[in-house]
Amino acid sequence: MAVVRRRSTLPQAPVYAKADVVALSDEHDEPGWMRERRVKAWELYENTPMPYMEEEWRRTDYRHIRWDQASTMVAANGAGAEQVPAKHLAPLTGDEQGGLLVLVDGKAVRREFADELRDQGIVFADLRTALREHEELVRKHFMTAAVKASEGKFAALHAALWDHGAFIFVPRHCQATLPLHVVCYNSRSGAAMGHVLVVLEENAAATVQVEYASSPGDEHAAYIGATELIVGDAGNLRFVSLQDWNRETFEFSHQRGLVGRDAQLDWVNGVMGSRLTKAFIEVDAVGTGANARVSGFFFADHGQFFDLDTQQNHNAPLTNTDLLFKGAARDSARTLWQGMIKSLPKMQKIDGYQVCRNLMLSDEARMDSIPGLEIEADDVACSHAATFGTLEEEPIYYLMSRGITRPQAQLMIIEGFFDELLQRIPFDQVRQRLMDEIEAKIIG
Amino acid sequence: MVTTLEIRNLHASVDAEDDLILNGVNLTIRQGEVHALMGPNGSGKSTLANVLMGNPAYVVREGQILLNGEDLLEMEADERSRAGLFLAFQYPVAIPGVTLGNFLRHAINARLKEEDPESKGIPIPQFARMMRQKMSALEIDQSFAGRYLNEGFSGGEKKRAEILQMAVLEPRIAVLDETDSGLDIDALRIVADGVNSLTGPDMGALVITHYQRILNHIKPDFVHVLYGGRIVESGGPALALELEEKGYEWVREKHSMLQAAEA
Repeated sequence: MAVVRRRSTLPQAPVYAKADVVALSDEHDEPGWMRERRVKAWELYENTPMPYMEEEWRRTDYRHIRWDQASTMVAANGAGAEQVPAKHLAPLTGDEQGGLLVLVDGKAVRREFADELRDQGIVFADLRTALREHEELVRKHFMTAAVKASEGKFAALHAALWDHGAFIFVPRHCQATLPLHVVCYNSRSGAAMGHVLVVLEENAAATVQVEYASSPGDEHAAYIGATELIVGDAGNLRFVSLQDWNRETFEFSHQRGLVGRDAQLDWVNGVMGSRLTKAFIEVDAVGTGANARVSGFFFADHGQFFDLDTQQNHNAPLTNTDLLFKGAARDSARTLWQGMIKSLPKMQKIDGYQVCRNLMLSDEARMDSIPGLEIEADDVACSHAATFGTLEEEPIYYLMSRGITRPQAQLMIIEGFFDELLQRIPFDQVRQRLMDEIEAKIIG
Repeated sequence: MVTTLEIRNLHASVDAEDDLILNGVNLTIRQGEVHALMGPNGSGKSTLANVLMGNPAYVVREGQILLNGEDLLEMEADERSRAGLFLAFQYPVAIPGVTLGNFLRHAINARLKEEDPESKGIPIPQFARMMRQKMSALEIDQSFAGRYLNEGFSGGEKKRAEILQMAVLEPRIAVLDETDSGLDIDALRIVADGVNSLTGPDMGALVITHYQRILNHIKPDFVHVLYGGRIVESGGPALALELEEKGYEWVREKHSMLQAAEA
């Protein structure tokens, strides 16, 4: 008997209309310019096809996402910070933090902020509050320079329908001496469109950690997010981003750091959760002498699929970017890192480095790394590398010869693999917690 | 009880089908004794060391290894270690991300856990104190405890780190696989002093070496010559001096003829 396959009637794209955009803007009584930006982005979105076979997408098939489930915007229903696992709320260093902002289902449910930082003029707020209280700052920086709606289908959708976020602003010559901590937690399935905007003015400094997580769910969820890190001349930003979405979440995110003259960005990105992650992680060295270190760690298990697409853009001379990603995959997980170092023409004396190190923990796992260079200058030092390894018998035997059991030896070697990267996170407690999470993935 | 390591008629190769590298080794080492095992390159010295420790890269084809009558061949490397055997590696492998200190603490805790599954492990201050003592005895800089295991260590540092591990784990029988090779005079003295301070009533040692030099510092009770995968000569310290003087040629000549005749 012939089986007739019927064309699926499930939606092939997010299910929204222009009316949703306008309604969202109205609901929050937004200024006219924001509504205009949203509507313009929506038009861009509508005129952009769903990405599929373009170079940066062709290895990542996300079309199994159930848009019927993942399009409903997550709406706060009274869940508070008590929904969030304690580990996400723990202080980053000792028992002091400069600030803690907790967003649950898009709603700011807790904010602590040290007086000594507030008194300097530092802003640490959820994005909606910032839009009311610091409208000009948000207007100036929100999706105007770092992440733009024109970057792709999901960037446009985010610009049209972003619904929550965090805003951090450090005025010139100010130092946020205590770390700022943002937690974005979803207790429900659906679509979340979060935005993180960090702006450091000239000679300002801050250390920020943003965590993303959600409670387990049965239905597909989508995170369509953007992160903008703007580091002014001679500024210094240490930024840690940790993602641990539930296993039904599909993340599509654009993240970009802009690094000014003689400024420093030290950015660590951890990807542990989600069912599928497609993240564009880019750093633009826009001022002479800008320095960026971009680090990433990822550990995929079961059927997880991570696609991390990094770009280091040298748009000024004497700039330095250094990228190190380290990842592991087990079970039938798949990971992909695509990296690119680019320079504008005649940007001399630039130094760009990128490497991705992969540890394959099962025969069924697949890991790909695709480094690339597009340099249009001759007096440069740019190089890239990718390595692939498995758990080798020789080091296991060496550890065992001292009495350590085989499982413990394997654990130590895998944790050792990640240690170099975790050392780049400036918080002891966070490092320890991540080691525990890595251990849980190894054992689990 | 005096710990005894008995090697009986040991045959081993890399793969089950390969030519034998060990071809019937017989040797008994008791706690408190120092045995030197000498032999030309390719005679099977390192293979013997690794087969004793349980390196999965080798296959034992015939024979027995007994520690106090217990069959070591039934044990994995970690169980052999916890039973009191130690191997100082000729080429210690670098393990990025695992510090020497953390590694040794895990090794001690593995022992404590075997004695008492409820053990919470060695208290960190006690461990740190012990490490400080043992490191200064071996003239190892204290910063080594925080360095990744063998990563970026010089040849001499690796060898000293092996002896440090031996000092910390206090085995009953230690096998030192060419621990002397490549060491300068000072490092050789430090390593030899380290070994001497551990051997004695509590520990027996099998010192594998190509050269007689280290035996000026570590006085063996017995000297054996390995050739063609078996022990062909055994004697006292004088045998080492004889080898130094005459080289391995005479061993080769004497025993290749004998082995050919046997075949």
